[in-house]
Amino acid sequence: MGFPRTAPVLSVRDLAVSFPSEAGRVDAVRGVDFDLCPGRTLAIVGESGSGKSVTSMAVMGLLPEYASVTGSIALNGRELLELDDRQMSKIRGRDLGMIFQDPLSSLTPIFSVGRQIVEALEIHQNLDRDIAWKRAVELLDLVGIPNAAERARSFPHEFSGGMRQRVVIAMAMANDPQIIIADEPTTALDVTVQAQILDVLRLSQAETGAALIMITHDLGVVAGVADEVLVMYAGRPVELAPVEELFARPRMPYTIGLLGAVPRVDVAERRPLVPIAGNPPLLVDLPPGCPFQPRCPVSVPGCGDREPELTVVPGAAVDGHRAACIRAHEIRYDGRAVNCGGRIDGRPVYPVPPAPDAPAAHVPREQRPAVLEVKGLSKTFPLLRGALLKRRVGWVYAVSGVDLDIRQGETLGLVGESGCGKTSTLLEIMNLRPPQSGSIRIGGVDVAELRGRGAERQLRRTLQMVFQDPIGALDPRMTVFDILAEPLQAIGEADRTAIGARVDELMDLVGLDPEHSDRFPTAFSGGQRQRIAIARALATNPSLLVLDEPVSALDVSIQAGVINLLNELKATLGLSYLFVAHDLSVVRQISDRVAVMYLGRIVEIGALDEVFDNPQHPYTQALLSAIPVPDPVVERTRERIVLRGDLPSLIDSASGCRFVSRCPLHVTLDVAQRARCIGETPELTGRGGTGHRNACHFR
Amino acid sequence: MTTNVPPLQPIVDKVDTVDTVLSPTEERVARRGQRLSRRRLYMRRFLRNWGAVAGLVILAVLVVFAIAGPMLTPYTYTDVDFTNLASAPSTMHWFGTNGTGNDTFAQTTHGLQRSMIIGVVVSLLTTLISAFVGAAAAYLGGTAEKAILGVVHFLLVVPSFLILALISQKVGGDWKVLILVLTAFGWMLGARVVWSLSTSLREREYIQAARFMGVSSLRIVLRHLIPNIGSLLIVSFTLGVVATVQAETGLSFIGFGVKQPDVSLGALLGDGANTITSAPWLFYFPAAMLTLLTVSMALIGDGLRDALDPTSHSAGRA
Repeated sequence: MGFPRTAPVLSVRDLAVSFPSEAGRVDAVRGVDFDLCPGRTLAIVGESGSGKSVTSMAVMGLLPEYASVTGSIALNGRELLELDDRQMSKIRGRDLGMIFQDPLSSLTPIFSVGRQIVEALEIHQNLDRDIAWKRAVELLDLVGIPNAAERARSFPHEFSGGMRQRVVIAMAMANDPQIIIADEPTTALDVTVQAQILDVLRLSQAETGAALIMITHDLGVVAGVADEVLVMYAGRPVELAPVEELFARPRMPYTIGLLGAVPRVDVAERRPLVPIAGNPPLLVDLPPGCPFQPRCPVSVPGCGDREPELTVVPGAAVDGHRAACIRAHEIRYDGRAVNCGGRIDGRPVYPVPPAPDAPAAHVPREQRPAVLEVKGLSKTFPLLRGALLKRRVGWVYAVSGVDLDIRQGETLGLVGESGCGKTSTLLEIMNLRPPQSGSIRIGGVDVAELRGRGAERQLRRTLQMVFQDPIGALDPRMTVFDILAEPLQAIGEADRTAIGARVDELMDLVGLDPEHSDRFPTAFSGGQRQRIAIARALATNPSLLVLDEPVSALDVSIQAGVINLLNELKATLGLSYLFVAHDLSVVRQISDRVAVMYLGRIVEIGALDEVFDNPQHPYTQALLSAIPVPDPVVERTRERIVLRGDLPSLIDSASGCRFVSRCPLHVTLDVAQRARCIGETPELTGRGGTGHRNACHFR
Repeated sequence: MTTNVPPLQPIVDKVDTVDTVLSPTEERVARRGQRLSRRRLYMRRFLRNWGAVAGLVILAVLVVFAIAGPMLTPYTYTDVDFTNLASAPSTMHWFGTNGTGNDTFAQTTHGLQRSMIIGVVVSLLTTLISAFVGAAAAYLGGTAEKAILGVVHFLLVVPSFLILALISQKVGGDWKVLILVLTAFGWMLGARVVWSLSTSLREREYIQAARFMGVSSLRIVLRHLIPNIGSLLIVSFTLGVVATVQAETGLSFIGFGVKQPDVSLGALLGDGANTITSAPWLFYFPAAMLTLLTVSMALIGDGLRDALDPTSHSAGRA
């Protein structure tokens, strides 16, 4: 590989893993080679099912017994695949540290975190109890747990997700491992916390001098932390290059497509994303030839002959750039374009689709009718204690005084971290019940004045919802036809031929083959299932779609297609969207206006580009700066506001700004101003008549 | 429960659109084909379990025996042969006769038939009732849920066997009444289990989606909740047959179930137990039938549970 400064600490050769399944043998990993040098970071990138996690589990020796593993994994020259489980246990935790995705399930709930770290130390080192405890406290302090000596006695449930992940990192580095493997370490965390954890990871690597294998699907994270990047597709590495080279001049069409499909938070110009057509292949009985060929826009007849090897690209700017594509050397960069600018025979590898033109957007916003008006919406949940007789000990203020309005043909992006009240707001709107306080008007109808099922049904026609998880949102026991027919039947349509025609029309609309409507949802991939969910929402010709994180469960290449579809549908059908997401780069691709929520309140609202290019509220600023940008040059040079701490609880109802505990601006203020932050609830106010408003006293 | 069964069909790989409109009949045929293929998957998983297959074979033999048995012998279960009182198995009376001269073979086949009908009907009814009540309680939530669960819990602590015995004694051992009574006191435990499973299902997004589409509660329970606990219901049905047959036999054995002249396996066992030393064939033949019936149903139930459970090891090894 690349430029070996010292001997590699880990070297993997021709690793192959296969599993049994109902359909036949699944070849999850098919020939992975890489070397890892001390202190370096290798990122393994790929979509779900590309074999990246299986590779790391094979290195750790944690695959189930029924899996067959062949090839070679050598740690400092010692072959790991020949060791039995007992011998591997001596290596795991001492030489190999592991950080899992879900910090909730990787800690034992019944022991204090200090004790768990002590355990990790004592298994591999002959340490005195007191010394081990002292070392555990030191480690916790190192990963940024405040009051480490005290908090070491706390149990995992007393920590937030970010803090738990810090504990897991402390455990992984406890025995000064030579390699730390991090499997999607920040995927389960909020962006502001993700930024903190990535810093801690860098620190732990500097502290132990370990090599880091970072497994992730997030190209922004890769751009920030990796030295080298290994791109995997269908169980095989398809490109291996130093990070700057890979992002600037990718040589494998799959990588180019991946980079072109990622929405970017830092680019104002709205161009359609470039999705990669089709789906990854099933890893059962793969045909010969390049597995990416069916999806590749520049495939030639020679691609189908045999699977290309991962070889050095002739004429690459950096040596050590390898790609598995027979046309890699034909891809040219003229220096002008950065991402997705690869050209072949003078044409771009991925042609950019034309942007849809929305007729509704030509009418000024004020003249368009409002489809949704929410005024002063609040929602509280009682906090109950007690085993038998529940008594209320407080209130959870999930949503407090939210004002929103959406005009026809407009998308409002509602963003915020988990627990900020965005889902509660959605459910309040979808329930069509009079809210605890405030008012909700949908298409001019106040839901508090709804009488009878007929009126409610009439209103439901105009308001439909798309859920986050395309697997959970479709009943697995119903065919796609029945799924799409259900909303039609619910509004009283009984004519089967009319339903049949409408179902075909809907399938067509979302880019699916109407002939496939007799299949069950399990026969479709995640992106296709989300298209079915969108088709179902469109069945009754609604005017407002409520989208709850509709693309966050999808892979980037698929996600791009769904985002483009949503933009297209909005333009052709004149729909309005309430788009809820935590991912600001997706919001930037799809929204016209943005509202940023923090702890049940809207802290900033305004037109898309105004909020993104000129954020006013300190929270919005921090949120925007925490989002990783898939460009190593930008990502490593830009200034970043890393917020302290985690989201506080919603139980406190005291007046004052709710962001005060984490606010970077607050600490720079004088005493009188600080008192105002704590004592007085800031209202949403705007400067100038642009409709860009924020809830900060000093902005 | 079975939502993450691996797909049999390859992922649809074309997203290009073809303008073909299928007629409703063609569509239905195509959909039926789809269902069959899902069934084929379960069938394959079921057939890997040799115990379950053995159970299925035994059950098939028993069913054939119960239906065809009475035709093989010239005697009916009520016929009395005064020349053979309590005689041992012979070429004329294959399973022997009892003290009043009834042919034991005819009685056993008839008793097996009776026990099977009672077992299947009661188990079917209790499964349906428990599915509907449990799923409705879970979906409705709030006060309705509390009320339904209150009734279920109350009935669970009532000594039902005693009540069963008293009622069936009063009506004189009619098997149809026995079915009603066994059903009335047999559905609660199933309803409790269905309820607890459905409470996790009701949080699923497709249930929420249906609610937000304006689908009625009854329809949500019937179309979304119950089909998705279907595999549990199938298993509980097969194991319910075992439980019912045992309960019926128990009642008949102590004299509270099916009465003369009608016979069930339990009644035969009760008679046979009195003469176990002098005429053991009166006990052993019905006992063997009962054992085969319950064991085969239990084996099938276990096999079904493993085949329908995506986390079990029915996929075999690499």
